[in-house]
Amino acid sequence: MNYFNLLRIAKNALMRNKFRAFLTMLGIIIGVASVIAMLGIGQGSKKSIQDQVASMGSNMVFIMPGSQQRGGVMMGNSSSQSLKLADLDAIKQQCVNVSAVSPEVRTSGQVVFGNENWPTSIYGSNTEYLDIKKFGIESGRMFTDREITSLAKVCLIGKTIIEKILPKGMDPIGQTIRFKNIPMKVIGVLKEKGENSFGQDQDDLLIAPYTTVQRRFLAIDYIQGIFTSAISESKADAAIEEIQAVMRKQHKISKPEDDDFRVMSQSELIKTFTSVSDILTTLLGAIAGISLLVGGIGIMNIMYVSVTERTREIGLRMSIGGKGRDILMQFLIESTLLSVVGGVVGILFGYLISAVVGSMMGWPVVIMTQSVVVSFFVCSAIGIFFGWYPAKKASNLNPIDALRYE
Amino acid sequence: MNKAIIEVINLKKYFEVGDMVVQALKGVNLKIMKGEFVAIMGASGSGKSTMLNILGCLDKPTAGEYKLDGISVADLSRNQLAELRNEKLGFVFQSYNLLTRTSALENVELPLFYNDRIKSKERKERAIAALESVGLADRMHHMPNQLSGGQQQRVAIARSLVNDPVVILADEATGNLDTKTSYEIMELFQRLNSDKGKTIVFVTHEADIARLTSRNIIFRDGWVIKEQIVEDRLIASEMLKSLPVGEHEV
Repeated sequence: MNYFNLLRIAKNALMRNKFRAFLTMLGIIIGVASVIAMLGIGQGSKKSIQDQVASMGSNMVFIMPGSQQRGGVMMGNSSSQSLKLADLDAIKQQCVNVSAVSPEVRTSGQVVFGNENWPTSIYGSNTEYLDIKKFGIESGRMFTDREITSLAKVCLIGKTIIEKILPKGMDPIGQTIRFKNIPMKVIGVLKEKGENSFGQDQDDLLIAPYTTVQRRFLAIDYIQGIFTSAISESKADAAIEEIQAVMRKQHKISKPEDDDFRVMSQSELIKTFTSVSDILTTLLGAIAGISLLVGGIGIMNIMYVSVTERTREIGLRMSIGGKGRDILMQFLIESTLLSVVGGVVGILFGYLISAVVGSMMGWPVVIMTQSVVVSFFVCSAIGIFFGWYPAKKASNLNPIDALRYE
Repeated sequence: MNKAIIEVINLKKYFEVGDMVVQALKGVNLKIMKGEFVAIMGASGSGKSTMLNILGCLDKPTAGEYKLDGISVADLSRNQLAELRNEKLGFVFQSYNLLTRTSALENVELPLFYNDRIKSKERKERAIAALESVGLADRMHHMPNQLSGGQQQRVAIARSLVNDPVVILADEATGNLDTKTSYEIMELFQRLNSDKGKTIVFVTHEADIARLTSRNIIFRDGWVIKEQIVEDRLIASEMLKSLPVGEHEV
């Protein structure tokens, strides 16, 4: 039998009942699309958390003050004054795995311009802070070391504050705003960063020389945090250990339990958050697996029923000269066409759903090759097998019995 | 006209039903010559359908010999039987057995799809010619559900003609049709027999239909009990004229 003829017979048979063909494909489409979409959504959310945390600096390692005893009284973490500028210098000089170091001091208050005001925070740092925390400058400039030494009243401004207090269209550079009643000159505008994964607006801040914030706003000489960059993400753990050693030496601490500081890395944070979304992905994967199963059963049913109800057609084809293998090939071609077309449409739908959900949630579209391959092959295999099996049975029937089949 | 198209010698067919053996054909001998129009008659259970299935190479005899156009059928494989059906036989069924949602033309083309030697152009030409010979050339793009019962049976007859078979086997081909349409179909068969010299074997249990054929073979209980030449053969076209004219004629 010529395969071109068989292909035509199969095509004609499918076109004869488009609705049945569509229903058969629907099982495959849903099976494939749901697996791809579910896993795509899971992976997309995971990727988005990773991206967001990484956008805060994936190789960032930071030191926060820890609890501290003062005369037998335990002090809370935040009120601790254990971090000094000397610690910063020691880290800078002794830690080979650390490439940039900045102090951080911060306070919150009202920022005022003209008759507008807005509650925000000011962060004091040195010149390396922007690189460590992955801030960019959209216009203007960063403050200089000289401005740090001179406690200059200059600041960088976040997009949210510009929106809230400055008139539309006004260039913020060179304007003088007041923070806690101290006039600050805007020298730079920060690039927009959006919300982080905790829902915190990363554009609602001012950045100023740490000396300015320490002396003019807080009147303190300690620092509230030290932010560093490990030379690479993979060296973050090594950097943590180095910093801990240096800090213990600085603070004359012998046992790790007595640490009056905490060293954390962004990659640890990433691990914490992705472990949550891993659970989500597993859950979605399980749901996808169930839909694959249900889709598979649907394919089985409709294939089995549609071939069985065509037993008379099979009888007729055999009585006018179709051989058993011609019949079998016809049904095999039909079910293969349905499965492959359904599978491809399913992949497109799965991608589309992932893309729509991704764009609604602001996630990247992640399509896992495994999910595409596995779902496509499982659905196709079920479709082809359950098209083939009843056709095999029917083609072994006596033509007379097939013709008389009710 | 003296060539035997069908030759059956001492043919037996037994079925096993559970523990019982049913003897459907107990030793049949018959010979059908080229150009004959034969009716096979008998009550249900007489073995006439079993006979037709064996004549149609749809079923194999238990014992005995069957030669179709000089070919001994008993030793052939399933695939060889399928080829034989495709090239030498045309079937017309009681329930038409047309493919639904498929145009008349495509239905008629169907047997030729299973013949590799016939190219698509020839396939179409032969199908159109077959439809013309049953008077349905103007309906070739109609679907079966847009055709009347008689028209559907004509499409089925065109399908049986398209491979130019040595014999057309009709199984109660008028069984689902009213009297007038039955005569119209029989007129077509008579025309194919007399004008084109087609050999036709027609299974029926209706005596008046059998009187339109040239020879009757009567089965009972697995035997041929009677063979007779139809003496006062009726002509279907004349029968049609004698029918009362109804008010709802189309």
